[in-house]
Amino acid sequence: MNWKTTATAMGLALLASTSLARADGELNIYNWGNYTSPDVIKKFEAKYNIKVTITDYDSNDTALAKVRQGGTGFDIAVPSQTYVPIWIKEGLVLETDPGKMENFKNVAPEWANPDFDPGRKYSVPWALGTVGVVVNTDAYKGPADSWGIIFNTPDELKGKVNVVPEMNDVIFAAIKYVGGQQCTTDKEVLKKVRDTLVAAKPNWIAMEYNTIEKMGAGDFKATSDWNGSALRQRLANPAIHYNYPKEGFGLWSDNVVVLKEAKNVENAKLFQNFIMDPENAAGLSAFHRYANAIVGSDKYMPADMKDAPEVVIPAADKPHAELQQMCAPEIQDIYTKIWTELQK
Amino acid sequence: MATAEEVAKAAERRDIRDRWLLSAPALLVIFLAATGPLLIVLVYSFLTPGSYGDVKWQFSPEAWIAVFLERDIFDDTLSVAAAHVTIFLRSIKLSVVTTIATLVLGFPTAYFMATRSEKTRDLWLFLITIPFWTNLLIRTFAVLQIIRNEGIVNTILLKLGIISSPIQILYTDTAILIGMAYVYLPLMVLPIYASMEKLDFRLVEAGYDLYATRFKVLRKIIFPLVKPGVIAGSILVFIPALGAYVTPSVLGGGKNMMLSNLIELQFGQGRNWPLGSALSIAVMIIVMVALLAYVRNAGKSGVRHG
Repeated sequence: MNWKTTATAMGLALLASTSLARADGELNIYNWGNYTSPDVIKKFEAKYNIKVTITDYDSNDTALAKVRQGGTGFDIAVPSQTYVPIWIKEGLVLETDPGKMENFKNVAPEWANPDFDPGRKYSVPWALGTVGVVVNTDAYKGPADSWGIIFNTPDELKGKVNVVPEMNDVIFAAIKYVGGQQCTTDKEVLKKVRDTLVAAKPNWIAMEYNTIEKMGAGDFKATSDWNGSALRQRLANPAIHYNYPKEGFGLWSDNVVVLKEAKNVENAKLFQNFIMDPENAAGLSAFHRYANAIVGSDKYMPADMKDAPEVVIPAADKPHAELQQMCAPEIQDIYTKIWTELQK
Repeated sequence: MATAEEVAKAAERRDIRDRWLLSAPALLVIFLAATGPLLIVLVYSFLTPGSYGDVKWQFSPEAWIAVFLERDIFDDTLSVAAAHVTIFLRSIKLSVVTTIATLVLGFPTAYFMATRSEKTRDLWLFLITIPFWTNLLIRTFAVLQIIRNEGIVNTILLKLGIISSPIQILYTDTAILIGMAYVYLPLMVLPIYASMEKLDFRLVEAGYDLYATRFKVLRKIIFPLVKPGVIAGSILVFIPALGAYVTPSVLGGGKNMMLSNLIELQFGQGRNWPLGSALSIAVMIIVMVALLAYVRNAGKSGVRHG
């Protein structure tokens, strides 16, 4: 080894050792892709001297299956409200008691004691959203505040409608459309749901997740979608509108939990507390484009989100919102059969 | 006292033993890696689904019954699993059509390549392999950019005034076929080219000298001689096409399930891992049987030449 390489190697070793010495700890976050604000993470790292590593997943089922196998090395995950009870029941999460944390006072009252985590013993709200109907008003000018756009497509939109293939969301919407209750065991309702879906499908062009790009390019003129996605579409094309179906629409929330197998429990708790701070919650929203459950965060929200109809549910539509639940396995089984029937 | 012959025999035995011992680790790894995961899938197909994914360690034949039969959700009658059959046939049809399309395109391509001078052949071979440098997903999205309503094809046709509104190619079966044929074409060309390269073109000349028509030469001389390449190419295209996932989803719009989507559903939102496992094994068995039958038949009717 000549002196140059020796010097470089020594320099690198020195650098490595100083950076190790600088971070007081680590935190491994397991979250949905393209969902975690780098700015907020940087702020957290600087404040507590903690090095954060983020790993992506693409569905609740993937995350659950992986964490259930164990040995992931993750400290934190962000399951949806439908899955939080499963994580708790299967003993995958640690009781960190966020309800007693310093910043918990900021959590909006309606999210402070949710059914999926009574008393907030495990989870902290990360983001909230809705599932509604997005329509390009250049293609269709009529009323669009109904699941009818999807399930009884008006002529102008026939062959131009997309449906995001999220099984539970689609069947929830179809149940609402035929006038049933979510997770119903009523076979008559479920039969109507199946018939409605099967009859509606010929009017759809696709069942895809990639709505932002396809609505933007005009491949789709309408789609079922999440509100944050709809917001991005409208910012790109003002003719695109998000609508809250009057038959009832699904409300969801993703929540930060600490895993039982976490190695950095204290850092994870710091993070749970950190994101309940209004300014940080607004920072997260600014990136993922969804609302949060933190009172006072609106002050720090970016201007294009403050009054956005996609983010702030209008008072007139609010009564139609309903938090989506996880149905019992037997019912879930029927959902899968209807879904297979629909896509066969 | 050992004779020289015995010593030589012992040395040979030792040699054979050493060879086996030295290759044992590699053989073991290959064996475990090939059968281990499959065995797990097989075992899982006989278990009970867990409530929210995963499996319960409880024997159950339900998954295998569900592959073939379905209980109507509404009147509880048992019937043939029509949905599964429909999806299965769709996948088979797509694979067959893809194989035919790649053969029709690939055969002349391979012929063209094999009839170039030796130096330029390498260049053509190189060009054929270029698409392999890029990820399948990216190639599929490239096809999407070409055929979508605002894509290259439609834009050019609109600008030239040949059409007045974009042709809807994307999200149709045609789109899937275009994508599949594009993606799998090299897998057909390469084996055919390998056989074609060894073809003795003096036989072709001899055919012409004996007043055979071009078609006759193709049918009676070229095709029988490159048949092994055609068979290899067809298998190489047919099998992965049966399990194709990305191309049908991206270009077909995901409205109609392929086999791969059906299996994925069971491991994802459907949360029925045993059924997913049973479906996977069932597909494997069917492919294996079909393949054996195909290879056997192809071997039997093989034309003797010489």
